[in-house]
Amino acid sequence: MAWDLIVILTVPFAVSVVCWWAPVAVGRALTLASGVLVFVLALLLVPAHTTTALSGWLRVDALSVVFLVAVAFLYGAGAVFAIGYIRPAGDPASAARYNRRFFAGLNLFAWSMAMAPIVNGLALLWIAIEVTTVVSALLVAIDDTDGATEAAWKYVLIASMGLGIALLATIVMYYAGSTVFGGAYDLFYPKLLGAAGHFPPEVVRLSFVLAVLGYGTKMGLVPVHTWLPDAHSEAPTPISALLSGSLLVVSFYAILRFYQVTVRAVGPTFPRTVLLVFGVMSLLLAALYLARQRDLKRLFAYSSVEHMGILAIGMSFSAPIAIVGVLLHVLAHAAAKGTAFFGAGSVVLKFGTKDMTRIRGGIGALPWSGPMLVMAVLGLSAMPPFGIFRSEFLFVSGGLADPSDAIAAVLVVGVTLAMLGLSWFASQTMLTPSANGTVGGEASAWIVASMVIGLVALTILGVHPPGELSDLLRRAAGELGVAR
Amino acid sequence: MAVAPPVPSTFSGGAEAIALVVLLTEFAMLRAPLSRSQIRLYAFQSFAVSALAVFVAATQHIPELYILAAFSFTLKVVLVPGIVLRLLRDARVDLAGSNRLGVATMILIAIGISAFGFFVVGGLPVHSHSLPTAALGLAMAVVLVAFLLVILRSDVVSQAVGFFSLENGVSVASLVVASRLPLIVEVAFLFDLLVAVVVFGVLMRVHHGRAQTLSTEVLDRLKG
Repeated sequence: MAWDLIVILTVPFAVSVVCWWAPVAVGRALTLASGVLVFVLALLLVPAHTTTALSGWLRVDALSVVFLVAVAFLYGAGAVFAIGYIRPAGDPASAARYNRRFFAGLNLFAWSMAMAPIVNGLALLWIAIEVTTVVSALLVAIDDTDGATEAAWKYVLIASMGLGIALLATIVMYYAGSTVFGGAYDLFYPKLLGAAGHFPPEVVRLSFVLAVLGYGTKMGLVPVHTWLPDAHSEAPTPISALLSGSLLVVSFYAILRFYQVTVRAVGPTFPRTVLLVFGVMSLLLAALYLARQRDLKRLFAYSSVEHMGILAIGMSFSAPIAIVGVLLHVLAHAAAKGTAFFGAGSVVLKFGTKDMTRIRGGIGALPWSGPMLVMAVLGLSAMPPFGIFRSEFLFVSGGLADPSDAIAAVLVVGVTLAMLGLSWFASQTMLTPSANGTVGGEASAWIVASMVIGLVALTILGVHPPGELSDLLRRAAGELGVAR
Repeated sequence: MAVAPPVPSTFSGGAEAIALVVLLTEFAMLRAPLSRSQIRLYAFQSFAVSALAVFVAATQHIPELYILAAFSFTLKVVLVPGIVLRLLRDARVDLAGSNRLGVATMILIAIGISAFGFFVVGGLPVHSHSLPTAALGLAMAVVLVAFLLVILRSDVVSQAVGFFSLENGVSVASLVVASRLPLIVEVAFLFDLLVAVVVFGVLMRVHHGRAQTLSTEVLDRLKG
């Protein structure tokens, strides 16, 4: 299946280049085709065991495939949504220019995010994630408003500084490895994991803390999350969905790669404690911020911070079932948050504002996407039958199996607080009837289709994940070095 | 019982001296009043880092590092400062007074925080006879002062230069403890830096075009 990886490596990049030059309609069609193709290829990798290509520079194991599927799903669904959503105002020439830039950027962004899980080694991983930063910063700025410029500047600066720390972490880990391998070696995963038991523990600990801080900046962990609500709210909505559902978890993937080595070098207690501290801070702070948001897209941005906190807390539980839950949560969050942002985009098109005090009667105004947005919000709040219910159920049952179940209690309290904020939003903007009676109607069938795709995926993950997928999650949890 | 410290080798002595130059340049950038002088200081700092690469290549017999030094010189001493200076010429803004604190206070904080970084890394039990661990501590100090530069100066040039010089600090660390990192990876890091510079440049232009200033004080719309 090596060809599979080569296609993922080349096609979105090529499509991005074509989009820059080709007519808008061709660019849109190619983007959609490429998104669907990459998603299908990612699914084909699900039952496979470790696959390598290009003499070892590309390598996917079960852990990579989980994240690749999350990225590819939102690439495909986001392409569907973007076709319905992107309709720049202004004269045809500048609209066409905006379209070309946007779709070229979208493909390049998806390409860089798909690179991160399929490259082999901590150094290449860093490079891929740095590329995601520069591409997405330009996409955040693409609307050329004061808010977009401010958000893009904060984003590129804070994320780059964070990645500087992550680079330091990579170098320190290289040093830890060089005590075993001596001189020159590449940072390929199998080699690192094989020898991690002999690495000097203090050096590995330093590297892990730097990695959590550095990649945590891009993942949106409190207190280094400050760029996140700005960038998510000011970016074009398809980009917000990709930022939230894919980009954040790609950085989480990088942290997990360091976690794998650290667990083998110094045992599980230390990395779990580090992640727990960041996770609890993120969950609680985001849950409180959720309750006081007025901006629709910032609301979902803080919900992402909350879910990243939940992922970090989940990694701190010792029960293998909780780790399976973490990986399921990555997929379910991608589906739920993607759908929520697609719905937010539909609302923004309809009402012309992100200010929640001015949005009323969403269900009546948007006969399809309104109810689906409410369902996505319920999904984000971990209601059955959606995927996040299943993943958080796994967390809590894993957490209660721990000797100290206090963390599981904190998790439940935080999730409940967050649910209050989200459901307040849903009841105010979607369910409260509008005073002046907005005319009902959808902006685009593409938007409705993208939300249907998201909800179907979320429901499948919640009701009955396919056997191959459950098997994949179990294998990935095993690779994390917990289920031994 | 404390063992008498060994006499420093030529390698560690030289590497530490160059790392110290890099740190002092970082201090100078923190206080430099003009954006232009900051960029020249960055070019000088990058020159010191390239020199360190040559030095490590010569003393440790790692010929690939000469190639890296050449790349690093071309990019960080010539191209990047050139691009940013050009942007500044177009912007026609002479910057002054973007300090959030007085110069003396900033330098005192910087001294305190570099001492912190230096001794924390120094406290790590990284036992190695061939590696100058003091240089690693100095690299950490550079990284921390680069953060101060971003936090305490409120103009886009200082903040961008803060990120670029943070990368210089990481380069020092990588030359000292990971000098045999595969060349292709090092070059990819540098290429990434170049791309980042272009993006920073684009955003600086956009910001200047919209706000008619390079100050970041006006970037206060998004909160909460």
